[in-house]
Amino acid sequence: MDMTTPLVEMRDISIAFGGIKAVDAVSVDLKAGEVVGLLGHNGAGKSTLIKILSGAYQADSGEIRVGGELVSIGSPRDAKRHGIETIYQTLALADNVDAAANIFLGRELLTPWHTLDDSTMEAETRKVMGRLNPHFRRFKEPVKALSGGQRQSVAIARAIYFNARVLIMDEPTAALGPAETKQVAELILELKRQGIGIFLISHDLHDVFDLADRVSVMKNGRVVGTARTSDVTQDEVLGMIISGKCPTGAVPGPGALRD
Amino acid sequence: MTEAAPAPSKAGESGRSLSDQLREIEFDPRMIGMVAALAAIWLGFNWLSDGAFLSSRNLWNLLVQTSSIAVMACGMVLVIVTRNIDLSVGSMLGFVGMVVGLIQVRLLPELWGFEHPLTWLVSLLAAIALGSAIGLFQGALIAWLAIPSFIVTLGGLLVWRGAAWWVTQGQTIAPMDSRFRPLGGGVEGAIGTTASWVIGLAICALICVAMVFARRRRVRFRFSLRPLWAEIVMAVLACGVVIATVMIANSYALPVGIARRVTEAKGLPWPPGGLFIGHGLAVPVLIALAVGVAITFLTTRLRFGRYVFAIGGNPEAAQLSGVNTRKVVMLVYGLMGALVGISACIATARLDAATNSAGALDELYVIAAAVIGGTSLAGGVGTIAGAMLGALVMQSLQSGMVLIGVDTPLQNIVVGFVLVVAVWLDGLYRKRLG
Ligand SMILES: Nc1ncnc2c1ncn2[C@@H]1O[C@H](COP(=O)(O)OP(=O)(O)OP(=O)(O)O)[C@@H](O)[C@H]1O
Ligand SMILES: [Mg+2]
Repeated sequence: MDMTTPLVEMRDISIAFGGIKAVDAVSVDLKAGEVVGLLGHNGAGKSTLIKILSGAYQADSGEIRVGGELVSIGSPRDAKRHGIETIYQTLALADNVDAAANIFLGRELLTPWHTLDDSTMEAETRKVMGRLNPHFRRFKEPVKALSGGQRQSVAIARAIYFNARVLIMDEPTAALGPAETKQVAELILELKRQGIGIFLISHDLHDVFDLADRVSVMKNGRVVGTARTSDVTQDEVLGMIISGKCPTGAVPGPGALRD
Repeated sequence: MTEAAPAPSKAGESGRSLSDQLREIEFDPRMIGMVAALAAIWLGFNWLSDGAFLSSRNLWNLLVQTSSIAVMACGMVLVIVTRNIDLSVGSMLGFVGMVVGLIQVRLLPELWGFEHPLTWLVSLLAAIALGSAIGLFQGALIAWLAIPSFIVTLGGLLVWRGAAWWVTQGQTIAPMDSRFRPLGGGVEGAIGTTASWVIGLAICALICVAMVFARRRRVRFRFSLRPLWAEIVMAVLACGVVIATVMIANSYALPVGIARRVTEAKGLPWPPGGLFIGHGLAVPVLIALAVGVAITFLTTRLRFGRYVFAIGGNPEAAQLSGVNTRKVVMLVYGLMGALVGISACIATARLDAATNSAGALDELYVIAAAVIGGTSLAGGVGTIAGAMLGALVMQSLQSGMVLIGVDTPLQNIVVGFVLVVAVWLDGLYRKRLG
């Protein structure tokens, strides 16, 4: 492992909803130019964990460091200020406005008279969407009128447009066709080359093994273990996800099955 | 301008539905439907009233009567777009109206005597300030304490109606300041024919300039353009409506006595055969138009409006995007309150009295205007122009029935019926055109 300070470090993060500990003493980290896959069964706590990093939830305990410095992320705005952009599993799009309005929501471009600069925003949207989904044409329509994959492209475009340092992708290709999925895979590799750190949540082990440098597996809100993808097999990772058994190639976490 | 149009989309291709083609040229089919409904109502009542409905006198009064509801409907659109409701506007209008009456008839005269030149302005500003304060307070309860808006404003409906009574223990306050009365229309609130032409032509010029600028910008960014003919038709229609309105307002003659006073005040002789002097546009109508333009600008050109619509479309998404959704909702209620303040002045001035029952049931007319005008109660959808047209439809029904002598209970039945049918038709339309 290289010795540079991690871009993001989450230590002993816990959060409970009512009585349920959705995330329980989880520690993960991410270095510049690294892709870390977050794996786990449905309800393992992956989305909840990354929502703490993106400012949607506040952890009950634990600490977050960005570039080695302790930060407090109290709102999505704070996270964005630290260069953390998120593609949510639910996409989090306002259905009734168009792609440009969604991409720039909260960060609108303004004219010198402080009115919305819709023309520039639309032009920029055409550029960034062209990278993701070259066939996309429906710039004028509310995103409600778009297909699931097109909506996903809009959500991805929003995350990559603002020069993120850290990108969180919660099942970014769930609704995409094979061509668009390939486009996103290429995009991930390109962003990685630019030194952006990426948390990638996916249920597709193939994809994760192709793209990720490391994986962290969660089960019932706790980390089973973390491993470099070169040190473990897909079957071993599947075992971590299903039974919580930590193979020798992985560093066990608090959630690992003890025997 | 046309030669720069890059790869224009092929409008009017065969095999496309009419509404698709209309969308292509950015004519809103819903708006056309509303105008058609309004035309039907007008022609119907005109026929039933033997031509009285479309007289300049009736149309002039119709517009004046619409203003107060139309002003509030602009705010209600924003409230409903954010998935909220405001049931308290009628009661707020009553309370603010009473306070305005108290200020200009009891408080200010003690300070600087009756008929001071600034009395009307202080009254108007006080009304806006009080309305905003009440709105912000209710908005804070809704946004920060997360009490449902239905409940907060239902409470407000009772509280402010009660408060309106407390201001003077139920006593009516009258008469109003003579410089304040024009806010409500009437003979004093008509700006005269020359001024009406100036304003009307200025509005036409603005419409044309705005269209040219919008088109230039699209050309600069090489976006698709609607065909030039559609653009020209739009401009001609818009200017036509403005000019027709001015002509109608100008052709409504002042009563003979007043015309004579006006003439003699100018030092001119009163001819033996009398003289025709038109009313011209009414102040409250101009206020409503100005409010409509300002709020349209706010919703379509400013950040705040963008946030209002995004919150209506998906509050969670807006928040995750970094929008301070609570602040926006609170400000929407503040704006609603400010508009109630303006309407309170219009209503009080029109009646030339402040009564504690002013504005009763207005909340329902305002909500109905917004909804008939295409504002979706599910949130996220609505236009200011639609709501103002909705207000005009409601008022046309009401005035038309008064004109042909339908009695009040039946009027209410008809209005209620029309509201339900209009929303049903709108739902059908939305389902078919998505
Ligand atoms: N807002 C909330 N309120 C209550 N419980 C919640 C909330 N959000 C998540 N949970 C609970 O926390 C647990 C973890 O949920 P989370 O969405 O993080 O799972 P996940 O790993 O992302 O699953 P999936 O693969 O299905 O997306 C679940 O038991 C869920 O029910
Ligand atoms: Mg999830």
